[in-house]
Amino acid sequence: MAMKIDVSGLKKYLLPAGLAFLLLINLFLVLEFFGVEVIDRYVKGILILMQINIILAVSLNLINGVTGMLSLGHAGFMAVGAYVSAILSIFLSKSNLPEVLLFPLVLCAGGLAAAFIGMLIGVPTLRLRGDYLAIATLGFGEIIRVVILNLDITKGARGLPGIPNYTNLWWVELFMVLSVLVIWNIIKSNHGRALVSIRENEIAAEAMGVHTTYYKVSAFVIGAFFAGLAGGLFAHYLGYISPKSFDFMKSIEILLMVVLGGLGSLTGSVIAAIVLTGLPELLRFLQSYRMVIYSLTLVLLMLYRQEGLFGRDEASAELLRKWLTPRKKNHPGGEAGEPTES
Amino acid sequence: MLEIKEMRVAYGAIKALKGISFSVNAGEIVTLIGANGAGKSTTLKTISGLLRPQSGSIIFEGREISTAPSYEIVSLGISQVPEGRRIFPRQSVLENLELGAYQRKDYKGIKEDIQQVFSYFPRLAERQNQLAGTLSGGEQQMLAIGRGLMSRPKLMLLDEPSMGLAPLLVQDIFRIIKEINANGATILLVEQNANMALSIAKKAYVLETGKIVLSGSAEELSRNEQVRKAYLGG
Ligand SMILES: Nc1ncnc2c1ncn2[C@@H]1O[C@H](COP(=O)(O)OP(=O)(O)OP(=O)(O)O)[C@@H](O)[C@H]1O
Ligand SMILES: [Mg+2]
Repeated sequence: MAMKIDVSGLKKYLLPAGLAFLLLINLFLVLEFFGVEVIDRYVKGILILMQINIILAVSLNLINGVTGMLSLGHAGFMAVGAYVSAILSIFLSKSNLPEVLLFPLVLCAGGLAAAFIGMLIGVPTLRLRGDYLAIATLGFGEIIRVVILNLDITKGARGLPGIPNYTNLWWVELFMVLSVLVIWNIIKSNHGRALVSIRENEIAAEAMGVHTTYYKVSAFVIGAFFAGLAGGLFAHYLGYISPKSFDFMKSIEILLMVVLGGLGSLTGSVIAAIVLTGLPELLRFLQSYRMVIYSLTLVLLMLYRQEGLFGRDEASAELLRKWLTPRKKNHPGGEAGEPTES
Repeated sequence: MLEIKEMRVAYGAIKALKGISFSVNAGEIVTLIGANGAGKSTTLKTISGLLRPQSGSIIFEGREISTAPSYEIVSLGISQVPEGRRIFPRQSVLENLELGAYQRKDYKGIKEDIQQVFSYFPRLAERQNQLAGTLSGGEQQMLAIGRGLMSRPKLMLLDEPSMGLAPLLVQDIFRIIKEINANGATILLVEQNANMALSIAKKAYVLETGKIVLSGSAEELSRNEQVRKAYLGG
């Protein structure tokens, strides 16, 4: 029964592909340890950003896709995590705390700070719905950015330099895998079923005895925590952050990954994060046409697959087979059509 | 079991309920009939905690619940089957039923109750893995009732279960409501179909623009001249 925490799906779809990919990267890293350089700094940088984006997309999917709350302020939470963890580690780098302890510590502090801000924002705004919620979260995201812009400790618009470069592929990998696992488990647990019921029909969910306010805020807070974590990884990768990195466009970029992968599909988010981070790099040879092709790809995808790459399904061999078999129209007993809202 | 006193509910300036009082005893089927906009759905939503009354009291098994949140009211044993088949369209039939048992942790009991629902509605059993949004209107209504049973309610609030159903199916649904009642659940039934409602209920109340204008045993009311004219078509 679906009441127990379900990891079978995870084993079937995500693990083989994901593990193979990670193993390959780790193999490269181990080879490097013995002096054989397989991937260069540039590729490593892309791999790091990809995984940071995976954390961002998956955490926003919990809010937007699974619970159905349109949030446009995710970059704000990322900013909180980035600044809090960066300031802490600049401060603590003079202490003799070893990096293996210090780094996870400051990252968690960043995540918790973002979660706290998420709660402050969530409690008053989450009674709003749809467009109204989107505008409220957009506003709060901008407020966070403006506050950072005007504080002394963040050094305002000049940006914060001198952040220790703790982030490497190992760390990112660790936190990416942890984030995906935690969020996957939330979605597949009883907690996740409550979140989905809110997305499907909030009034019915309430009538079933789901404490809707609690669950909505919880999704928001958990999503904010992981965005903060990603922000910390981002800050310690670049070594320098400024409010510009966390503006509205960044929120849109993350939203794009979620929508493109399919609202509610975690594997979709993971794959969309990989593609959308990698694609602009692959298209670099096109020079100034690059962004045109990139945008065009997005438009075409939305025209032909409105529900995103994976809809609400998780990626699997089964789904691949369904895609490859030609679709017959209205054949009885076949794929269920888009259900109607009641 | 349920005692409502002078309950007033308003949507902003619109006074939907202007102080109604009625009671439901354990084991009964009680029906609330009335025209469109009389305030029937408002009454049920207020009992189940989706709306707050301005004043008055709602006492369930000796406890005042008019200020309790809906998740607490569900855990006390009241379950609402909302108007208009508010099922979860992108979830399967089975998942919908499981969500009805959301507050329960006894997996074995839940499994048994799912079988019980399937025995009431064999059509749902055949379609247990189908997305609920693709069910026919009647099947969605069966699912909504089945889902309402999954919390093992002591009191079930049914809002127009016969709405939009073919006559044969209406009879089926009412037969099953009687069966559910015989199996121990008390039922407060809101209906447009006054004929059917009065035929299975013990007690009835007639609601008109936010006020209870008539009450009595169902038998009495079905013979009442006013009721016959207004709700029974002659
Ligand atoms: N959300 C709302 N906002 C404002 N007015 C409302 C709202 N919901 C209901 N009303 C009004 O309250 C009154 C009672 O509505 P209610 O839904 O309880 O009627 P009802 O008896 O269930 O009718 P029906 O048989 O048509 O379902 C109506 O006049 C309606 O217009
Ligand atoms: Mg109604």
